[in-house]
Amino acid sequence: MSGITSLTDKDRIFTNVYGFQSPWLKEAQARGDWDDTAKLMQLGQDAIIEIVKESGLRGRGGAGFPTGVKWGFMPKEPTPGRPNFLVINADESEPGSCKDREIIRHDPHKLIEGALLSSFAMRARAAYIYIRGEYIQEAIAMQRAIDEAYEAGLLGKNAAGSGYDFDLFLHRGAGAYICGEETAMLESLEGKKGQPRLKPPFPAGAGLYGCPTTVNNVESIAVVPTILRRGAAWFKSFGRENNAGTKLFQISGHVEKPCVVEEAMSIPFRELIEKHCGGITGGWDNLLAVIPGGSSVPLVPAKDIMDCPMDFDGLKDQGSGLGTAAVIVMDKSTDIVKAISRISYFYKHESCGQCTPCREGTGWMWRTMEKLREGDAEIGTIDRLLDVTKQVEGHTICALGDAAAWPIQGLIRHFRPEIERRIAERGDRLEAAE
Amino acid sequence: MPKVTVDGVELDVPDGATVLQACELAGKEIPRFCYHERLSIAGNCRMCLVEVKPGPPKPQASCALPAAEGQEIRTDTPMVKKAREGVMEFLLINHPLDCPICDQGGECDLQDQAMAYGRGTSRYDENKRAVEDKYMGPIVKTAMTRCIQCTRCVRFTEEVAGTDEMGMYFRGEDAQITTYLEKAVKSELSGNVVDLCPVGALLSKPYAFEARPWELKKVPGIDVMDAVGTNIRMDVRGRQVMRILPRINDAVNEEWAHDKTRHNVDALVRRRLDRPWIRENGKLRAADWAGALQLFADQLSEAKSKVAAIAGDLVDAETMFAAKALLTQQRGKLFEGRQTGLRYDVSSLGAVRFNTPIADIENADVIFLAGTNLRWEAPLVNTRVRKAVRRGAKVYAVGPEVDLTYPVSFLGNDLSILGKLPSDVTDAFERAERPVFIAGPGLLAAGGQGDAQAAAHALNVIRGDWNGFNVLHTAASRMAGLMLGYAHEDGLEGVKAAKPKLVLMLGADELAEDAFPKAFKVYVGHHGDKGAAQADLVLPGASYAEKHGTYVNIEGRVQRGEKAVFAPGDAREDWSIFRAVSELLGKPLKFDNFAELRAAMIKAVPELGVDDGVVLDLPFSPAQLAAKGEGAIRYPIDDFYLTNAICRASPTMQRCSAELVHGETFAEAAE
Repeated sequence: MSGITSLTDKDRIFTNVYGFQSPWLKEAQARGDWDDTAKLMQLGQDAIIEIVKESGLRGRGGAGFPTGVKWGFMPKEPTPGRPNFLVINADESEPGSCKDREIIRHDPHKLIEGALLSSFAMRARAAYIYIRGEYIQEAIAMQRAIDEAYEAGLLGKNAAGSGYDFDLFLHRGAGAYICGEETAMLESLEGKKGQPRLKPPFPAGAGLYGCPTTVNNVESIAVVPTILRRGAAWFKSFGRENNAGTKLFQISGHVEKPCVVEEAMSIPFRELIEKHCGGITGGWDNLLAVIPGGSSVPLVPAKDIMDCPMDFDGLKDQGSGLGTAAVIVMDKSTDIVKAISRISYFYKHESCGQCTPCREGTGWMWRTMEKLREGDAEIGTIDRLLDVTKQVEGHTICALGDAAAWPIQGLIRHFRPEIERRIAERGDRLEAAE
Repeated sequence: MPKVTVDGVELDVPDGATVLQACELAGKEIPRFCYHERLSIAGNCRMCLVEVKPGPPKPQASCALPAAEGQEIRTDTPMVKKAREGVMEFLLINHPLDCPICDQGGECDLQDQAMAYGRGTSRYDENKRAVEDKYMGPIVKTAMTRCIQCTRCVRFTEEVAGTDEMGMYFRGEDAQITTYLEKAVKSELSGNVVDLCPVGALLSKPYAFEARPWELKKVPGIDVMDAVGTNIRMDVRGRQVMRILPRINDAVNEEWAHDKTRHNVDALVRRRLDRPWIRENGKLRAADWAGALQLFADQLSEAKSKVAAIAGDLVDAETMFAAKALLTQQRGKLFEGRQTGLRYDVSSLGAVRFNTPIADIENADVIFLAGTNLRWEAPLVNTRVRKAVRRGAKVYAVGPEVDLTYPVSFLGNDLSILGKLPSDVTDAFERAERPVFIAGPGLLAAGGQGDAQAAAHALNVIRGDWNGFNVLHTAASRMAGLMLGYAHEDGLEGVKAAKPKLVLMLGADELAEDAFPKAFKVYVGHHGDKGAAQADLVLPGASYAEKHGTYVNIEGRVQRGEKAVFAPGDAREDWSIFRAVSELLGKPLKFDNFAELRAAMIKAVPELGVDDGVVLDLPFSPAQLAAKGEGAIRYPIDDFYLTNAICRASPTMQRCSAELVHGETFAEAAE
């Protein structure tokens, strides 16, 4: 792909993502974090938002909404009884995703500094990091980093000597995937059962405790300080038009060396795998399919993914999505129907049960998938299943219904012959047994 | 007023309306399960999906979407049809479809909407989910497998009843509605969740398997369990009232009714007086009407003008009028309805009623409760106060501390507090625009009418066209009784002091046994309760379900109930007893049927002849009364479920009392 160069070390934002150095404050400062943060804040609140807009940063949590635009929705002058809040989504529960965990474990000060800068830009006096319940060591590390920052005067009153008062709180979840949905997260933060809220009103209008709130992913916030230091143009120089920046890719599955790696957006899949993962197990001919963005996006078969640019638009053209860039690689040893069925089980298990299509549909889809896995079905069952996924998709309060429907739709789109083969084979077996 | 288009028809909708309301205004039916006009919006059933432009290219939940200028709403497109069919299919895949054995059958939203919006067949061939039934107390029977998780019941208990007992636990397809730790729903409004449940998951336990809705004749009536005048519907099969449901009346009860209203119904066929009884040698013996009436007539002739009538809490205006007409013929002057001895000035009826319309209570910004346990004395006024509190009203109270389901600042338990109110109370009332003062029966019993008037004056609750001074009664008969002159100026003590030779007890069951030791006591009523136990002559009458009747509620709202069934056995409508005995006395009363009785009553008291539901314009000119100054306040109701002869005879109410008030536990019989 022309114009897309892969990232060199000097342009990496997360310089300690592998934890080769200490994550704590002194070393983080040595790596450039907290370097005259007050001066960055002197740019002004609206200027910061403008720079983030200009940089082309799109939300790293999966939906890819332009971060600067989102910040622009927040009230410019919060009233005393209705403060603005920033909530940082560290409830990283999407199967395949593991980038936020590396940031929190090894580069927590990037997140803390980003929280201060972005909260300042959004006029938020307090921010909450909602961290996944299962991330126990990560929560301990994060809390230690926050405590360090408070001790060093980087948080709290007159944060980082900027004259701005800012508090950062860590809140631990209790292990529900749905709490990663932004409004369910707000419910959970408020101490209620984590169930998504109806939208509108959107969080920027009425979010946490009814106050204007922005919910951002860990990575979106953690890259902000570097963008401000090196400029929007620098960040924009990576990736294709409208897909700017660097991105943490998390490659798992059938590659020689699974890893989390920061790369330029729009890097072709082949290059990403060859350069960082040592290739596909058994070679490129052995590749079956890839789930490019975490379990909720449809899979892409080998032939379509190999030279596909790994960015929002490139994967959208393949009928899939970048999601969180959690690339799950599956070679030909994979029972693809079983793999998708397992994902279906996950969504059945994590559905909050609030609204009808998702509550009832996820269980139905999983049970049907289990039958298709065995071939214990008729050809019409496949069409019925597809119809059920269409009945769930777009009819629910939050996107979990869509997330449950898409993997199955992707499977049927690309691997229908495989499912039909299983049905036929089982029919033959039964016939032979008679 | 946004202008929207619904299926090509342009119309203006009120500000703040939702798309669903816009569709309804356009005459389009929108199927729904979770949406309910009187509860918050949940948007979770997804049945009300419609197509809205501009908007995302997928159907939108119309119940939660605000109607906005220029919206193009479609309810008739293939996308909407498919969405409804899809949601309906999902609702049905785990629903047991046991309609033939389900009490909701015939009045089930799911059944009706499945017929209208569902596919004809099911494509689901997996096993259905089963859910264990939950214990929710003596009123609510559960069949949780039928539940469709609409959460109406959860929202009702949280928002209206204010008890936070119900909720959904687990998640996904395992989600279940339950009460906290499966305890009984400790709310006097729990029966309403049965009405709210769109399917057969929450059912009425006393009514289980009793009748089918299409067998029932529906008769409008007025509830007599308290003085609020809840509008009810009596569902009748043959000669029995099978159940009682609220009728919608936004001015009075909205669409709620408390459990006593609903479930006293099983007492209408229990402990009934169905023949006359005469006391001989201290024991009651069954008698026939001829003998009983003759005895009644003889005693009346003997007593001459030394007669008194004491009206009970449940009687209608016509009964009181007829009794008074009978006794007045022989110059009887002693009439009293306040059988527990309450004594307050009634020279201005406006000063002893609820002057703020019940519906306006919810707009109040500061409320003072003086000696009233609203939750037990008038639960449906309590829901209004709770609504006001949810809108930001502040509530102060004088009286023993009780849980009224909302935060209340209790100032203490003595009349003296009314005389020296703390400054935060006076400040709050000074700032208030719509202040409300409610003087309850506890205050009246403590002799605090003067104190209440003085406090209300000090708090300035009557201003311009807003009258925030309210007196709360607990007896359904009270306001009509006061209008008909059932009030001696010295209360019951005055009647006692006059030493009547004959006392006519009109369903007066709360009268102390030693009140009239020397008098001949004639009890006319419907249940064998405390009144009949002390009477010398018991004449069986009709309960509120068995006679037409006029009732005046606390606001002075005149409402009329209809006769749903005939009284059991030899029992007769009360007025006809007085008419019959007047015949024996040789001075027949001037009415031969109920219509003539009502006409005579209206002639005597024209206010009782206003249209049904009209609030009377009673003059408000409180008498100058001295404040009593001190005295402890005690609420008159010790047990919400056992306040009158009917509910004391009800097995359901007895069970509620034992379990919910006295904390006894009951093992559920295995089904």
